[in-house]
Amino acid sequence: MSKSNFTRRGLLKTGTVVTGAGLALPTIFTSRASAYTNEPTGDTVTFGFNVPQSGPYADEGADELRAFELAVEHLNGEGDGGMMSTFSSKALDGTGILGKKVAYVTGDTQTKSDVARASAQSMIQKDGAVMISGGSSSGVAVAVQGLCQEAGVIFMAALTHSNDTTGKDKKANGFRHFFNAYMSGQALAPVLGKAYGTDRQAYHLTADYTWGWTQQASIAAATEALGWKTVNNVLTPLAETDFSSYIAPVLNSGADVLVLNHYGANMVNSLTQAVQFGLRDKMVNGKQFEIVVPLYSELMAKGAGANIKGVYGSMNWNWKLEDAGTKAFVQSFGTKYGFPPSNAAQTCYAQTMLYADAVARAGSFEPCAVVAALEGFDFDGLGNGPTSYRAADHQCFKDVLVMKGKDEPTDEFDTLDIVEITPRAQVEYEPDNPMFAGGDLGQCNNGA
Amino acid sequence: MDALILQFLNGLDKGSAYALIALGLTLIFGTLGVVNFAHGALFMIGAFCAVTLSKIFALSHTTIDPEKLDFLGNPAKIQSPYLVEWFGPNVGAAMIDWAVPLAILFAIPVMIAIGFIMERGLIKHFYKRPHADQILVTFGLAIVLQEVIKYFYGANPIPTPAPEMFRGSIDFGVLIGFDPNAIIYPAWRLVYFLFSCLIIAAVFAFLQFTTFGMVVRAGMADRETVGILGIDIDKRFTIMFGIAAAVAGLAGVMYTPINSPNYHMGMDFLVLSFVVVVVGGMGSLPGAVLSGFLLGIVQSFASMNEVKSLLPGIDQIIIYLIAIIVILTRPRGLMGRKGVMEE
Amino acid sequence: MFGLERKDTTLFLVVIAMTMLAPFLLNPFPQGSAMAQFNAGYPDLMQRFVIFGIFAIGFNILFGLTGYLSFGHAAFLGVGSYAAVWMFKLLSYNIVPALILSVIVASLFALVIGYVSLRRSGIYFSILTLAFAQMSFALAYSVFTPLTNGETGLQVYTSDPQYLLGNGPNVTHLFGLEMRSTTTLHLGNWSFDFGVGYYFCAIIMLISFYVAIRIFRSPFGMMLRAIKSNQTRMNYTGLNKRPYTLAAFVISGMYAGLAGGLLACMDPLAGAERMQWTASGEVVIMTILGGAGTLIGPILGAGFIKYFENIFSKINDGVLHSWFSWLPDGIENFVVKVLAPFFGEGWSLSMGLMFMLVVIFLPGGLVEGGRRIGAMFGRGKADPAPAPKPAE
Repeated sequence: MSKSNFTRRGLLKTGTVVTGAGLALPTIFTSRASAYTNEPTGDTVTFGFNVPQSGPYADEGADELRAFELAVEHLNGEGDGGMMSTFSSKALDGTGILGKKVAYVTGDTQTKSDVARASAQSMIQKDGAVMISGGSSSGVAVAVQGLCQEAGVIFMAALTHSNDTTGKDKKANGFRHFFNAYMSGQALAPVLGKAYGTDRQAYHLTADYTWGWTQQASIAAATEALGWKTVNNVLTPLAETDFSSYIAPVLNSGADVLVLNHYGANMVNSLTQAVQFGLRDKMVNGKQFEIVVPLYSELMAKGAGANIKGVYGSMNWNWKLEDAGTKAFVQSFGTKYGFPPSNAAQTCYAQTMLYADAVARAGSFEPCAVVAALEGFDFDGLGNGPTSYRAADHQCFKDVLVMKGKDEPTDEFDTLDIVEITPRAQVEYEPDNPMFAGGDLGQCNNGA
Repeated sequence: MDALILQFLNGLDKGSAYALIALGLTLIFGTLGVVNFAHGALFMIGAFCAVTLSKIFALSHTTIDPEKLDFLGNPAKIQSPYLVEWFGPNVGAAMIDWAVPLAILFAIPVMIAIGFIMERGLIKHFYKRPHADQILVTFGLAIVLQEVIKYFYGANPIPTPAPEMFRGSIDFGVLIGFDPNAIIYPAWRLVYFLFSCLIIAAVFAFLQFTTFGMVVRAGMADRETVGILGIDIDKRFTIMFGIAAAVAGLAGVMYTPINSPNYHMGMDFLVLSFVVVVVGGMGSLPGAVLSGFLLGIVQSFASMNEVKSLLPGIDQIIIYLIAIIVILTRPRGLMGRKGVMEE
Repeated sequence: MFGLERKDTTLFLVVIAMTMLAPFLLNPFPQGSAMAQFNAGYPDLMQRFVIFGIFAIGFNILFGLTGYLSFGHAAFLGVGSYAAVWMFKLLSYNIVPALILSVIVASLFALVIGYVSLRRSGIYFSILTLAFAQMSFALAYSVFTPLTNGETGLQVYTSDPQYLLGNGPNVTHLFGLEMRSTTTLHLGNWSFDFGVGYYFCAIIMLISFYVAIRIFRSPFGMMLRAIKSNQTRMNYTGLNKRPYTLAAFVISGMYAGLAGGLLACMDPLAGAERMQWTASGEVVIMTILGGAGTLIGPILGAGFIKYFENIFSKINDGVLHSWFSWLPDGIENFVVKVLAPFFGEGWSLSMGLMFMLVVIFLPGGLVEGGRRIGAMFGRGKADPAPAPKPAE
């Protein structure tokens, strides 16, 4: 690489000079300033995929990484092209992006916000990444999104379900394709009402941290609107593995529904143990006792085994959908890896495609140009049906799936059934909804 | 009242796991004087013995069924377990169903072997080294062991259900004279509690009533004198390490239906089991058992809504609070011998 | 020089040279070459090297000198970070008040925990510190969320008061000198980054290191060492050791708080995981890996661990394939398959193996390794007293 190729730090510095804020440094060292952070000047452009590779979500991270690799392959014209052929925007042609081949670096977030930021920093400072994607927890997503905003690169959030990511912690440089806790509540409540009636007493067990709280609030609000009563909401420690002391009081609390606001290993354990306590065989208030898991993932369903049979939950996407985009993606992913993709994988693939397409349409990798291209962008063919990125908060609006644990699985991948595809209109909300209020998108940051 | 009894049962159940892990840990400390940070990993490996046996039992030969299609539209592969083919649908299926209890037989030799290898290959060289070095090397070993398991089994929890007949819950209240349906308790958790009582009793009986156990106890009290008497105490201590590993492993095997095993479950228990050992008294076997059950019960009561509403977050810190109080007021632990590790 | 012995002066000068030239030393490979993967000379990581160096130096004052093994030191780092971010939220992005408060808060915290924990020694002391740190972590993650922002981590929002912000910069700065501004020097295919933040941290680290040397060589340090080597004798001489150990505990807590404050100054976000027991375990590992009781050891250990965590974890299968692309296809795939479990997502496996090896074969840590290599090349004979001697 020649001198002028590698000047992203120079531009950080130039920024200081131009804005006049702070003390200027001697400029003798830098040869040329770029227009924005990590402007790709060679024949490649680098993405940073920041996923959990150790810790409890490592398998989820591995699936996300598979989807990223597949997306990069397709962008560079290798493989069968996947959803590129079904994507409604045709700006991408399989020759990379704006004539540059796509390269990528990977990193381990360990599902810790500190480590995730260090890893993202190294992608930005060392590897020259123009876009960071990934995440398996909302805490990490919010932390990395904040970093990308400051550094002047785009963050395409992957798996993050908390309202805060596009609520009080929203950032102009960050975009979320995944759905959120509010949408889960809106999609689930009517189905639950239909299946279990409107006169129910719900008992919530909630993971004691930000995501758990927002999800609990969302579900409680949506079900209470239906006529349900919330009997109790008990916070459980994140590190807990034995939930028996929290489940035992449910038995005689008069509740007839248990809502588990848990994710990952927490959810696998709490659901397994709740089933062992015989909750699902009980009759309370003359009704069959039921368990609800508002946020599902394929890996959790696998981990919980037979215990998820008949349990309702929601999802962003599922490989059993029948549209052309899903079919193309499942075909391409399944052929390469031998099993169907998870909904985390789909959101990662879609986010990579959406970013690439926005760059192609904008004609530049400049973050502000990309932001402008993504804001208010309507598209279809990426598996979720007609979707749009709202300009006000950078949240994607699309249909949400209500799922149910399958009673008679035919093979190891056949764990969940789609009960209902909740139309987008039903899960949409105003940007100033109280659950999302308090944040400020700010201005897009080019970093320079 | 029934709520209290339920929490008491939960406490006994949590305590069973704590007691079994702490028992092995304190056994190793009492005999070899080694602080073993890899003990949680042994618990985890035990759990994965159960997973492995279920997987072996489920080994299948694959036939292609052209009638059905898989998710890609290719002809579906039908898996039929060899066990079912060899032993017929009744015996074969029953074996698969009973994989977790059967894994006890599988885990005992595996765990003893792992214990021997660990002691002879690594720990032996650390007797004379400071505790900090022992902690560090066994902690390194724990990381290596869990990463190896992660490489082969992934990071996701693996469901390992109990046999069909123990899967549900039983009406425990009726057994002790309560109204029906007042105290419903999972059958497997009762099995786990009884199992751990059995193991604890076996370890104590072994140490109390066999010559081997007597020598080991003598060695724990005064290693040098026993050595002067011409007894090869090292060899016996190696065997005790194997037994301690097996106890942790069995605790892991039977724990799998309660908690789908994943590769870092050992780390989850590590800190806790040390707290249990210290509260009970370093090197004291009855102390480890007592404090295991005690901490389990206290933790269960602290998780009750009534307590939590008074002191939010108390369930997260109660164990540590007790540890602090015990160490400050009675440093040799609940049942530690006077003068041992006391200051 | 500096009021130090000749030997210590040499060591100090070497450390000064190393930290000042780190941008060159850590970027030995040209951009775009296959080996560039191993470069560590980018501002964020260099900052982490020196900040965790400070943390480990401080830990070593307690552990290396007195032998008290604290398993809860991360708690002080954590409260230091929280204190610093609160200063950003309330006052402005100037890092001076933030650092001052983080050291003060950490020292108070250390005073309380140390006062209680030092009533016991040995493993009981370790468990006590561990218990305090775990309680801090659990509460910071959940109940104290209004104060710590829980899982997401404490950060500065535009709605925060920031009473002294005025027209000042919106990034952390030292009286206007922005921590994140960086200058790049290009020499042929090489590029070297000089970050303000890094040099600020490096200077703080050098000061901390200097103070640590003075403590090691002072009568106070001698006293601490006496506590480690023979407590009974200390008691017989009629000396009360607790004031000394408590002082050492608080000093090392202040170092941890300073490190936590610096972390927040370089990146204004403080997460509760910083206080988890694994984080406390990390500093223990750094210190022992580098060489407990030696002056330079903890810094080396910190660098070693952070390098692994940040560089090794990024070597994925794709990178491995590019390294071995010169091999025939079959062999290339085989080699990558064999190596893959140790790189990328397998970095913790390699690290676990590495420090098992170090503990087994180099009880004195990396410093001892360095000395052995030195002896191998015959320097041992010429110089009977090798440079950094362990404290014991």
